[in-house]
Amino acid sequence: MGYTENDLAKDLENSEYKFGFTTNIESDKAPIGLNEDIIRFISAKKNEPEWLLEFRLKSFKIWQEMTEPNWAHIHYNKPDFQAISYYSAPKQTKKYESWDDVDPEMKATMAKLGISLEEQQRLTGVAVDFVMDSVSVATSFKSKLKELGIIFCSFSEAVQEYPELIQKYMGSVVPVTDNFYAALNSAVFTDGSFCYIPKGVRCPMELSTYFRINEANTGQFERTLVVADEGSYVSYLEGCTAPQRDENQLHAAVVELIALNDAEIKYSTVQNWYPGDKNGDGGVFNFVTKRGICERNAKISWTQVETGSAVTWKYPSCILKGDNSIGEFYSVAVTNNYQQADTGTKMIHLGKNTKSTIISKGISAGKSHNSYRGLVQIHKNAQNARNFSQCDSLLMTDECGAHTFPYIECKNPSAKIEHEATTSKIGEDQIFYCLQRGISEEKAISLIVNGYCKEVLNQLPMEFAVEAQKLLSISLEGSVG
Amino acid sequence: MLKINNLHASIDGKEILKGLNLEVKAGEVHAIMGPNGAGKSTLASILAGREEYEVTEGSVDFDGKDLLELATEDRAREGLFLAFQYPVEIPGVSNVNFLRTALNEIREYRGEEQISAKDFMALVREKSAIVELDAKLASRSVNEGFSGGEKKRNEIFQMAMLDPKLAILDETDSGLDIDALRIVANGVNTLKSAENATIVITHYQRLLDYIVPDFVHVLYNGQIVKSGPKELALELEEKGYDWIKAEFSI
Ligand SMILES: Nc1ncnc2c1ncn2[C@@H]1O[C@H](COP(=O)(O)OP(=O)(O)O)[C@@H](O)[C@H]1O
Ligand SMILES: [Mg+2]
Repeated sequence: MGYTENDLAKDLENSEYKFGFTTNIESDKAPIGLNEDIIRFISAKKNEPEWLLEFRLKSFKIWQEMTEPNWAHIHYNKPDFQAISYYSAPKQTKKYESWDDVDPEMKATMAKLGISLEEQQRLTGVAVDFVMDSVSVATSFKSKLKELGIIFCSFSEAVQEYPELIQKYMGSVVPVTDNFYAALNSAVFTDGSFCYIPKGVRCPMELSTYFRINEANTGQFERTLVVADEGSYVSYLEGCTAPQRDENQLHAAVVELIALNDAEIKYSTVQNWYPGDKNGDGGVFNFVTKRGICERNAKISWTQVETGSAVTWKYPSCILKGDNSIGEFYSVAVTNNYQQADTGTKMIHLGKNTKSTIISKGISAGKSHNSYRGLVQIHKNAQNARNFSQCDSLLMTDECGAHTFPYIECKNPSAKIEHEATTSKIGEDQIFYCLQRGISEEKAISLIVNGYCKEVLNQLPMEFAVEAQKLLSISLEGSVG
Repeated sequence: MLKINNLHASIDGKEILKGLNLEVKAGEVHAIMGPNGAGKSTLASILAGREEYEVTEGSVDFDGKDLLELATEDRAREGLFLAFQYPVEIPGVSNVNFLRTALNEIREYRGEEQISAKDFMALVREKSAIVELDAKLASRSVNEGFSGGEKKRNEIFQMAMLDPKLAILDETDSGLDIDALRIVANGVNTLKSAENATIVITHYQRLLDYIVPDFVHVLYNGQIVKSGPKELALELEEKGYDWIKAEFSI
């Protein structure tokens, strides 16, 4: 590309535009590295308002003072944050009105993802906002949603069209200062999704986004914001897959959910990023901050099926602020070969009569390590709070590991907290029983594992559950030892 | 149908089967009796293809095929069925899903079409009636939370669904009360035909009042030491296994 730091500096100097750039910049990719100028570049590229640039710059300052956290059960070569390009737009950034307008190459990519948009549209009436390398390129069903006043668009579009909503809610659940990756994301995020459900509206379809990391060495910094206004309901699906890669790719997303009084948000994720090869080389680093806040009588439920990434660090959490609010976390995390996962949830009980449920199923194969880390926090005023946690681990080999770290902090004596945990090895007896009935080993493992995860899979919307089951089978192929 | 010739097998270096011979023809019912630890379950496991056992000598012919060369699942697909002494629980997997998967895998192996949902459910209704299995159990997770008797009945239900050529019942009578025993035996008798065969492994002759064998074999110390007509079972019951032990121990 031949666009260097020096070129950039020159561009900056010559530019008259107050944000640093005008539209005559041809590069669709930021030069490698991270500094204030890069942030200005991104902001200008996206034609952002001043307040957002300031938000980014403030985040960047905060991030610079933070140090990357160390985790007891995760070992990896820390990414070099100066060796990443922080912005890349696909060649074609045009919005599509109809399916026919979509680039054939894009369609092929989606076909590789397993579920074509066509099929999705036909079968389920899902509106898909497809994010390819940070810029949304296909949006559908928008008009139908519009009739109901539902907003579902890319984050960048929302910044332009609904700045007051973004300004009000962005960073309100995950503050910039929250953690190292959230601060980084706040400084350099390129795109993502925004969703707003107006008062009393029940969103009639599952809203779905497919993420994909496309270009080598492009860090992905997605931002998702879902706001469910009073008495509304939405089910949101997020699915991910990445092609094979030799170099580790960084992914540090931020997802914020806001459920106002009497609202309900169901957020489901199937994550299938490249986990690295059999020797543990390559693969995606996935450091995600996901959090939701529940006002009075509101409910947020996180469901996730995680089979990908070399390193996963992720704790979808609920702040149960309003009285009678409910938080749920259903998770299946599969690790194979040299994958490492440190996942779990935080349930923060602030309001009275708040309830939370945690069902976590960890499956470890190969030489992988799978940790559950959960925090249940009952605050002083959370009268009659309830929590039930169940953390099960299934081991496929003798070489893998499962670790459970449940933390409980209780400051109100009326709380009821229950915790159950089990660890089991996949039964040779179970597999033999299946084989003896004529079922192949592969199908046997798939049956047993899917049975084991049933409570979680049952939470997923039908089509997603089918896909998740397939993923579980694929990621555990030939893994019993 | 089944011809076992001089079968030797061991586990963890310990020889359990020491030159076992047995021939079973289509249409026949064979009973294998013997004291605890004689090697009855070992024989069943080896025929079914459990990998922990090492066959050191001998051969097994199943319907013209070298059984020992076949993968475990292919033995099942060729029509060998084992009703387990201790049926295994598979949490979260419904009995019907399990059986439909099994049935379709067997059909695929035989080049047949997948069974339709409608035909499958009709088959479930028909076959569960044979062992008076509550329809609710068919949709529950495989053996999970089943009573001992229900588990054994479920084994025979599965056998009915998969319609094997050769069924081996390993202590299917143990832990059954007399009513359950009658139901299970009745199920086995109903499924009997001129084309299939059954090997009934049992400790007690009680079961043989209900499932009448054509031949009775005594398995002791890794070998069939005595074979005879059904009356042999009564003789064993009368004299006890000590009689065999005294006669055949070194
Ligand atoms: N996994 C094993 N390791 C070592 N010995 C075993 C194992 N399984 C069975 N045996 C031994 O093999 C012998 C035969 O056992 P089994 O076939 O279960 O007898 P039966 O079914 O006739 O009661 C017993 O002495 C038993 O202890
Ligand atoms: Mg036995």
